[in-house]
Amino acid sequence: MLKSIQQNWFSNIRGDLLSGIVVALALIPEAIAFSIIAGVDPKIGLYASFCIAVVIAFTGGRPGMISAATGAMALLMVTLVKDHGLEYLLAATLLTGVLQIIAGYLKLGDLMRFVSRSVVTGFVNALAILIFMAQLPELTNVTWHVYAMTAAGLAIIYGFPYIPVIGKILPSPLVCIVSLTIVAVFLGLDIRTVGDMGELPDALPIFLWPDVPLNFETLAIIFPYSAALAVVGILESLMTATIVDDLTDTSSDKNRECKGQGIANIGSGLLGGMAGCAMIGQSIINVKSGGRTRLSTLVAGIFLLIMVLVLDNILIQIPMAALVAVMIMVSIGTFSWSSIRDLKKHPLSTNIVMVSTVAVVVATHNLALGVLVGVLLAAMFFANKIGHYLYIKSDIDADGIRRTYRVIGQVFFSSSEKFLAAFDFKEGVERVVIDVSDAHFWDITAVEALDRAVVKFRREGADVEVVGLNEASATIVDRFGVHDKPEAVDKLMGGH
Amino acid sequence: MMKHVVACIDGSASTQSVCDYASWAALRLETPLTLFHVLDEARYPTETDMTGNIGLGSREALLEQLAELDQQRSKLALEQGHHMLESAKARALEDGVEQVNLRQRHGDLAESLHEIEDSMRLLVMGLHGEDTTRTNRVGSQLETVVRTMNRPILVAPEEFTEPKSVMLAYDGSDSSRKGIRLLAESPIFRGLPLHLVMVGVDTKDNHASIESAANHLRELGHDVRFEIRSGEVEPTLHAYQNEHNIDVLVMGAYGHSRIRQFLVGSTTTSILQTTNSALLLLR
Repeated sequence: MLKSIQQNWFSNIRGDLLSGIVVALALIPEAIAFSIIAGVDPKIGLYASFCIAVVIAFTGGRPGMISAATGAMALLMVTLVKDHGLEYLLAATLLTGVLQIIAGYLKLGDLMRFVSRSVVTGFVNALAILIFMAQLPELTNVTWHVYAMTAAGLAIIYGFPYIPVIGKILPSPLVCIVSLTIVAVFLGLDIRTVGDMGELPDALPIFLWPDVPLNFETLAIIFPYSAALAVVGILESLMTATIVDDLTDTSSDKNRECKGQGIANIGSGLLGGMAGCAMIGQSIINVKSGGRTRLSTLVAGIFLLIMVLVLDNILIQIPMAALVAVMIMVSIGTFSWSSIRDLKKHPLSTNIVMVSTVAVVVATHNLALGVLVGVLLAAMFFANKIGHYLYIKSDIDADGIRRTYRVIGQVFFSSSEKFLAAFDFKEGVERVVIDVSDAHFWDITAVEALDRAVVKFRREGADVEVVGLNEASATIVDRFGVHDKPEAVDKLMGGH
Repeated sequence: MMKHVVACIDGSASTQSVCDYASWAALRLETPLTLFHVLDEARYPTETDMTGNIGLGSREALLEQLAELDQQRSKLALEQGHHMLESAKARALEDGVEQVNLRQRHGDLAESLHEIEDSMRLLVMGLHGEDTTRTNRVGSQLETVVRTMNRPILVAPEEFTEPKSVMLAYDGSDSSRKGIRLLAESPIFRGLPLHLVMVGVDTKDNHASIESAANHLRELGHDVRFEIRSGEVEPTLHAYQNEHNIDVLVMGAYGHSRIRQFLVGSTTTSILQTTNSALLLLR
């Protein structure tokens, strides 16, 4: 790339330093919360967030995007941790990284073009709902204190920025956490704190190889998890990259991002962290706070670790209610509000794709499945729509001996039934001409339908002549490279 | 397609000189002149909002807000760039160039120039950039541009002096012989005295090499003298330049790998740092 180190790192130092700090402060509660979702000690998520943010700053393809331990990934590892324990999670994290690097080299990032806008929106909304739902255990079977604290936390987060001068200098999520912690300690409230949730980091992360037997049995356990993690990680990262691209009006290298995510996950696994990916909410916060280059991501990671190590005694006293408030904010901020507003404007098929994606994810807690369903539905709707572009007209000559059918439009699996239905096989004519020179036969189903039509006419005793089959079946060739010149497109689409 | 002389106009102190050199080159080469200005949005400062919260519709609101800000800045920058190009055009027309095109592009300078490389015969750029200071005389983007381009680049000093005599730094390498062939056929220095200078030991091989280069130039009607001098490359070249009142120094640029440059330094970089005359860098 021609972009220099200066531009990628040091073109926006002030904005990047400040935004990195704001992001790090918001990353701490998230990393703790996501560790709890995955069922591991908070230190696993914190080490992961540090490591992923630092590594991705160098290896990622989208400068200014924030990656760390995420909810989408945490949800996928719950059963692995429950059934097999932490060491298997670390091994799965390593394998996830390897799979993502392979995906990067195979340029699978280019497949993102099959993921339509409504699937992306569905993914984002589903993610927001999952993050919110993950907070519910903290809000059930608790005293009224917790509700009051959470409500107060949200009030601070959204109200504090309106206070003149000071409201614009201090990040309001930080103010929320600090003030709720002070209140809880001061009043001696008996509510759950971060310290109750597990171990926090007390030292720098150390290099360690997962303590699992290196055999086929291990692979069979971790592979399904790793594959799902790799897919979700790449999906969320590339979608977030697109969002950051839009916000900053710059471009990113999607395949480099895949490889970068892989390297970051391998690093995380080796330092005792869980798998992660890009974070939509945090990346928006980063851009909003003025972060643009790789420096902001690096600062976020390093500052996160420093804070955690220096403040570990304070961190354990943070009430869970404060974290819940921050996570509700992240959930609200991730949700695509305009998608609800636009439901009325968009066509029904688009809405069905979006809502099905959300529904499948919420039901299965697996974002990859949701995207798969969304992409398949979108493709089906598209095929159905294109199938309407088929028109068949027929003329009979004056003495009723010869009928000519003219086929215009797209013949493929979705329109082949319609194609067959347009012929009147019961008509007693001696000669039938099927002129397909203005039609496009996109697949084998279309060719088969034509064959069936010919056979049926022959059985009724008619002589059949097919005209222009060469032109029509030119589109069946799978090598589309030759069709991308203007003349070729004209020839292909001519007459419609 | 007619190839152009492309001049980078950026509103720095050397803009007028860039304009004059570009006009001179366009007239000599009998090509149209394109004045080129790049608007690099990445260089705008970003706004910092420390509130750190996100709520319903935050993404949409943020996109709207950032787009609005960029729109205002780009509008101003476009207008300013247009004024800059217009005044440069007036100067080029005054210098006698007939066909002057104006172009503005958004993006990174080196990338934008790379994109139009095919329609470019010669690139003219100022030695000093917009951000040049006393300690750093060379424009911050010059080196990146020189490294990415595959076209000859005329680096203009702050003041224009019409080229009367030309010096070619020759080292006997393949690339410098290629440079000689390129110049021999180009009309740019036709009729001007050429000084072929080699810094090194006056061995038989070196002598034969530089003499054959000189003969090649003479065959095509150039007025050539040559000399081999010993010493450090950069001071020796500058000394010769002063003695003979040389206006343009022609040399190959960044011929060595980045690793070697890291270890022993680059002649091109140090010449850029110390030169007071125009430089024609051949890639």
